[in-house]
Amino acid sequence: MSVMSQDVKVVAPAATTGQALRLFAERRRSFWVVLSLLVLFTAWEIAGRVPISFAFPTFLDTLAAFFEMVADGSMIRAFFLTLQPLVLGVAISALLGIALGIVMGLSDRLEWLLAPVFIVLQAAPMAALVPLVTFVYGIGLVAKTLAVIMLALPVIVLNSYKAVRHVNPSLVDMCRSFQGTRRQQIFKIIIPDASPVLFAGLRLGVAAGFIGVMLAELLITPTGIGDLITYHRSVANYAHMYAAVTAIIAASTVTLALLQWFETNVMRPEKRRS
Amino acid sequence: MTVTALAADTFDPASVVTHDPVVRVEAICKHYGSTEALRNIDLQFERGKLTTLLGPSGCGKTTLLKIIAGLVPATSGQIVVNGRAVTGPGPERAFVFQDFALMPWATVLRNVGFGLELKGMAAAERNRIARRYIEEVGLQGFEDKYPHELSGGMRQRVGIARAFAVNADVLLLDEPFSAVDEQNRRKFQEDLLRLVEMERKTFIFVTHSIEEAVYVSDRIVLLSPRPGRVSNIIDPRIDRTANPDDIRRDPGYLDVVEEIWQGLRHYAE
Amino acid sequence: MTMFGYRIPMMASLIVWALVWEIVGRLDIIFLIPPMTAIIAAGFDLVQTNSWQNATLVTIRSFVIGMALAIGIGVPLGVMMGRVKIIDNIFGLWVNIFVSAPLSALVPVLMILFGMGEATIVVTVFLFAVWIIVLDARAGVMQVPSSLVEMARSYGASQATIMRKIILVSALPEILAGIRIGVIRGVKGVVIGQILVAVIGYGELFELYSRSFDMERFWALTLVLFAAAMVLSAIVENAEKRIEYYAGAR
Repeated sequence: MSVMSQDVKVVAPAATTGQALRLFAERRRSFWVVLSLLVLFTAWEIAGRVPISFAFPTFLDTLAAFFEMVADGSMIRAFFLTLQPLVLGVAISALLGIALGIVMGLSDRLEWLLAPVFIVLQAAPMAALVPLVTFVYGIGLVAKTLAVIMLALPVIVLNSYKAVRHVNPSLVDMCRSFQGTRRQQIFKIIIPDASPVLFAGLRLGVAAGFIGVMLAELLITPTGIGDLITYHRSVANYAHMYAAVTAIIAASTVTLALLQWFETNVMRPEKRRS
Repeated sequence: MTVTALAADTFDPASVVTHDPVVRVEAICKHYGSTEALRNIDLQFERGKLTTLLGPSGCGKTTLLKIIAGLVPATSGQIVVNGRAVTGPGPERAFVFQDFALMPWATVLRNVGFGLELKGMAAAERNRIARRYIEEVGLQGFEDKYPHELSGGMRQRVGIARAFAVNADVLLLDEPFSAVDEQNRRKFQEDLLRLVEMERKTFIFVTHSIEEAVYVSDRIVLLSPRPGRVSNIIDPRIDRTANPDDIRRDPGYLDVVEEIWQGLRHYAE
Repeated sequence: MTMFGYRIPMMASLIVWALVWEIVGRLDIIFLIPPMTAIIAAGFDLVQTNSWQNATLVTIRSFVIGMALAIGIGVPLGVMMGRVKIIDNIFGLWVNIFVSAPLSALVPVLMILFGMGEATIVVTVFLFAVWIIVLDARAGVMQVPSSLVEMARSYGASQATIMRKIILVSALPEILAGIRIGVIRGVKGVVIGQILVAVIGYGELFELYSRSFDMERFWALTLVLFAAAMVLSAIVENAEKRIEYYAGAR
């Protein structure tokens, strides 16, 4: 089956444009990105034209709706509202989660006490608890921020904890052999060595945070993007509703891709082991 | 030219007398749970000499080295360095790691000066010292490179420079050349001999290569496995003034290698 | 952790937390937290009610169908992506987007497309679980040593045999790892779907208990769910361990 790609090379005769295109395809990842975007959007357009459902707008209609909402400012306002609990929740989860994860990684007692709780919380469907938050904190920003924290915190804690536990033991020995103090060991060896994994955990936390904020906006009270989705659904403005859903998925994808890019290109490129 | 290597002296471990021992290993035993890694090791390491711990895998040579370093606690027995019993790592000993243990996020300069950094030495001072040792191991020009930009051999030179930089009396080398390719390995062994000559320090060296042990050592301690015990002590008595290539062809050198191999072969699988 | 020379298993700390919960519950600080014993008692009551049994049946049915679809589509897609470059190039982007996308935003769309019933839940489970299964199956196939495939070919094995006896078997540890994470995500999917749809299965019960402030039953239901998620993941993990003996050798 791996011959498949080779077959293509051999079988396709020397049409010069085809060759050029193939060369381009091999060299450029962006070619495939564009192609796979095109494939899905075309499929979407066709499915919308059929239509497979009365509630399934075409891709072009959705795109038009998106620009309309950008133009009238409702999309920007919605993102502004959605980002508040998201950024707040992720920031709190990051600070608290990394700190908790690190102390759990450093102390056997705290590991014993806390790790099982977070293992359960990460594996469990935390979404079930979101309705509870409204009892205590109502329907405002605090409740939504808490919903984000509930989903983002466990994954950040567990990744930070694993990052610390998987620090290169040889480096720790090295630090001890030069009579480094425990403090020096933590700040000069353990945290720097763990930081790429800490950052990866943060990225997973952001992904979980997006799920949490959408859950909060759909479940607690509609605000921001959740409000756009709920409102346009209720008035059967499906193209606008799809545009809002697609926009939040795209926003999350771009955010995560940027974090990934940052991780591989800026976060200590020297760390890439040869 | 012919090498005037004398036939090696072999001693009964119990009767070996060492003048001016800098490190004394006294009745060291080590158990990992129910497995016995080391049984009743008694050894003395002479100042200014290079002693090799040699043996098949599982003989506990690295464990013994880490006990001497204070990185691993012994189950019983004690280590005496410069007349004082030690309980942990100390400034008079420096360790060179098999996997180099370089910080990937730090430059060569910072890696070499790291032991001094931990002691709280000011940056200017420790960089000056680090540069001197970087030069001594032949890495000048690489001060600002990161470990991943260096070859395996160069990385270990960084590890050795780091150990020298703290100016310890005793250098503990745990299979330092095992991750280095064969050509570089030979060059390394020669450089090591030069450093032993120059630095007048005590070297304790762990290896599983018989040739390497015979080539670099003043004294070889043979360990036998399961549990690790001292089975023999050999002084190769190689004439170091000879040309390295002649040494490796010298009958005396080859005899010692053969003798050790005969002693160890029944441990081979 | 060891205490007084005894090794205390890690999960034992959950007992400590349950005790803390009990004390907080007894102190009656917030109505949200009833004593653990009361929750457990409510749990025994709950599992005997008709509504719980029906909800469980509906939930399990949606979950199983959704997971079966996710595995049935995800594994073959992942294997194809691992073997065929073009398929990998075209689907790779979307799989990577959806594996970490906020799929909770998609549930309202599913609700209008598939109705307010089980079909929506099935699709939600499928969408939550399938992407990681694809990615792991792909990774598993990609790491099959080419020497192994060449060996089979040199002994005259057909493409089908190579696929069945070398590639699939070789990729099994990763495929199972993907399914395990898929199962955990599927459980989250079934809950998120049901809560957002709010009229079926556990979603309906959660809605009912939280509206009537029946905290004991609310927590009992949550505990049942959490326990089910842990047990399911433990089962797949166990299957993973069984095949680890040969995976460890490569």
